[in-house]
Amino acid sequence: MSEPVSIKSTHNKVEKENFGSDQEVRWCPGCGDYAILAQMKKVLPDIGVPKEKVVFVSGIGCSSRFPYYVDTYGFHSIHGRAPTIATGIKLANPELSVWLITGDGDALSIGGNHLIHLFRRNLNINLILFNNQIYGLTKGQFSPTSPQGKVTKTTPFGSISHPFNPISLALTTGGTFVARTMDRDTKHMAGILKKAAEHRGVSFVEVYQNCNIFNDGIYEHLTNSDTRLDNVLYLEDGKPLIFGKEQKFGLRLECSQFEKFPINNEQDARFAHIHKDSDPRTEYSYMLSKLNEDANMPTPVGVFRKSNGQLTYDELFHQQIQKVTEMKGKGDLKKLFLTGDTWKVD
Amino acid sequence: MKSTVEREHVTIRFAGDSGDGMQLTGNQFTRTTALSINDLSTFPDFPAEIRAPAGSVYGVSGFQIHFSSSQVYTPGDKANVLVAMNPAALKASTKYIEPNAIIILNKDAFTPRNLRLAGYIENPLGDGTLDAFQTFPVELTKMTLDALEDVNLTHKEKERCKNFFALGMVYWMYTRDMKPTEDWITKKFAQNPVWKEANLKVLKAGRNYAEATEIFTTSYKVLQAQIEPGIYRQITGNEALVFGLIAASEKSGRNIFLGSYPITPASEILQMISLHKNFGVKTLQAEDEMAAIGMALGASFAGHIGVTATSGPGLALKSEFIGLAVMTELPLVVFDIQRGGPSTGMPTKTEQSDLEMALYGRSGEAPLPVIAAQSPADCFHASYEAVRVATKFMTPVIVLSDVYLANGAEPWKIPKIEELEPIKVELAKPEKDFQPYRRDEFTLAREWAIPGTPGLQHRIGGLEKEDITGSVSYDPDNHEKMVRLRAEKVLRVRDYVSEPEIYGNEKGEVLLVSWGSTFGVVLTVVEQLLKEGKKVSFYHLRWINPLPKSLEKYIRNFKRVMVPEVNTGQLARLLRSEYLVDIIGFNRVTGLPLQVSELKSEVEKLIEG
Repeated sequence: MSEPVSIKSTHNKVEKENFGSDQEVRWCPGCGDYAILAQMKKVLPDIGVPKEKVVFVSGIGCSSRFPYYVDTYGFHSIHGRAPTIATGIKLANPELSVWLITGDGDALSIGGNHLIHLFRRNLNINLILFNNQIYGLTKGQFSPTSPQGKVTKTTPFGSISHPFNPISLALTTGGTFVARTMDRDTKHMAGILKKAAEHRGVSFVEVYQNCNIFNDGIYEHLTNSDTRLDNVLYLEDGKPLIFGKEQKFGLRLECSQFEKFPINNEQDARFAHIHKDSDPRTEYSYMLSKLNEDANMPTPVGVFRKSNGQLTYDELFHQQIQKVTEMKGKGDLKKLFLTGDTWKVD
Repeated sequence: MKSTVEREHVTIRFAGDSGDGMQLTGNQFTRTTALSINDLSTFPDFPAEIRAPAGSVYGVSGFQIHFSSSQVYTPGDKANVLVAMNPAALKASTKYIEPNAIIILNKDAFTPRNLRLAGYIENPLGDGTLDAFQTFPVELTKMTLDALEDVNLTHKEKERCKNFFALGMVYWMYTRDMKPTEDWITKKFAQNPVWKEANLKVLKAGRNYAEATEIFTTSYKVLQAQIEPGIYRQITGNEALVFGLIAASEKSGRNIFLGSYPITPASEILQMISLHKNFGVKTLQAEDEMAAIGMALGASFAGHIGVTATSGPGLALKSEFIGLAVMTELPLVVFDIQRGGPSTGMPTKTEQSDLEMALYGRSGEAPLPVIAAQSPADCFHASYEAVRVATKFMTPVIVLSDVYLANGAEPWKIPKIEELEPIKVELAKPEKDFQPYRRDEFTLAREWAIPGTPGLQHRIGGLEKEDITGSVSYDPDNHEKMVRLRAEKVLRVRDYVSEPEIYGNEKGEVLLVSWGSTFGVVLTVVEQLLKEGKKVSFYHLRWINPLPKSLEKYIRNFKRVMVPEVNTGQLARLLRSEYLVDIIGFNRVTGLPLQVSELKSEVEKLIEG
């Protein structure tokens, strides 16, 4: 057996394939999930992996129906446990490009434990979290990303619990590629999905996704063309942290804090902090992830952190098997049975 | 003049503090006994606490070995010899020894403090408590220290060697060759010459003391047993499960992927199999029980043989995933090493109380094949057979073992690799109109179409599948059809596996039906009763789901049917409902294996009516 190669994308030329499956899509009309599916189908032919080597794995929830709608191998599993299935698949065959589709309830509530361990291990897969801050499939209960005070069916007087910040969580548990995009910003999404596919290691993408039935409009200020630019900070590697219509605000780092300042001329713009997604300081990307918890600050989208060079879990896993095999020689069943004390009876 | 007397059966129990090295002592004696060609069976009986407070009764660690010049099926009801390292060990063990048994005691440990810790008001060495036994109080600690006078160890370190003194004495008593243990010590302490010298010295000192002193007048000899020719080795149940998996992997050409989460008494399985990565075995200690089985199932989807090992509480956590494996019809092997329950229960004590959970413990109609191992060595075959069935029928299989089998050991006749039943795995080949839920005519298994195969892209999951196409379907008729197809598939396993044979006549007074680790006890009882001319027969189940076809016929051929189990009657309930027969249960739930004597007298009562 030759050494397995861990891939998520290769640059082999793959003929533009149609990744749509023959299944009827059953999301509510107007759901943000459609946009994500459309971008995914657009990006997949470009990542250079043939369909039969792509596997989509999901848990339970609206987002988790995703695997049915792409013409790849797919596993729609049980609530919260998709990371475990994905881990088994990737370790059985590292040549597969494995995509994990999950939601805020699936990943952060019932599947929280698996999620942090996936980051810890840095398995070479892609994890796309559709965050709509609500339980949709069970018809409108608050989720671990719902804001405090949120009135839902199970919190009729308002939720009293603090929400999780998925980006902060990913950063502090060892995520090596941590990014955010939005369902209505399709071009941006396509770019991020592609980058996620290219990254070696666990690629985490949070997608702000609108649930037009149970939580409509929560991201309206970020996606509406009138307000978007004033509220969204596009993170681009090597570019300054500048946002606003006509680029009128910048962010600078003062005493380990981001400060917003007006940009009136080119001179001012030079004070804006230059974003580096490979910045090794976890506190930098962490501070960025917390930015929009301040109502005066914009919401960052793009790549918060990207760290290369670390071996992935699947690489280490197979390297160890290879090393042990070199050290002990290929397993011989007969020899194994005869280890320890044996005796012969005539 | 000392004499040597021949014995057919001997049972010895070693007992001491958890830190006294009783398991090591027992294992050494076992090795030597096996190398002397006796048949044997062992049972370690230890507390869940790693180092319980010294001197306490609940911290006593025991090891029992039954060896013989004839066939041995159990570790013995009651010991003929007890080695007790302190008052607590004596107190905890007197119920496990026969009247007139030989008791070797460490007299030095019978201090007022230790007596108090063990709950003795009077010193049992002087008050007649032990009159029913042949008691030999020995200054074990003192003599160990004396033997090590010139050795450069601390007082405390020297004391730790005393288990070898006791072992040396027992070796003399049973005319055993000490060389295997001496070789073991030499190898084990090769890097540590002081310890090597100390242990070798103490072992010899124990033997010399027994030989020279006047207190032991007799030594015993157990002749070689008539054992089927072949090459043998000692094997525990957990070890045998691991070997079965590796053998199945080699024979099927598929990798094993074992995901597991540490849990007593199953942790050893992950530990042991992780040593054998050079067989292409992939292992992972997962973050929890669900992750362990989820990873295994993911690996199964991708073409490996997914395996997970656990015990009762872990099986409960995995039940949702097992349901998913039933629905997605993927091969998966789940080892459940049963222990005393419910909840955390008694982690190091044996029980057969997960049978109903294995059979029914899932949401919806979720039948799957359940196989039970009957002895430590038989765990090899149960494990191998589980893989054979899981891959042939595309189904999860639960393998039931228990503490008694997992930790117990017996000689295992090493099988010839070419004589193992072949495991032929055929993967789906690329084709134009692939249908993921199309089934094999005989087994009703769907095809195993693994990611990476061009043209076979398909989606599976927990939602109900449409027959043949595998599309999501909520159609009422389709659901009913699929529920019945999944059940029928499991039923057909019985046409594929071999049926157990009845032991004794096919008709008679009493039929004993059992499963799992009670095999040895029931067989011993039936052998004894048959010798006495009683009309008793024995049918031991290997697969509990599906039940063998012949079972019903046999059940109807006997006046009474008794089912002995280490639970409150789980198989008995199943057989009652299956065959509408008044099954009589023999049930003990003490955390210990059944006793031959007790079961025998119950069967006798039944025969007498």
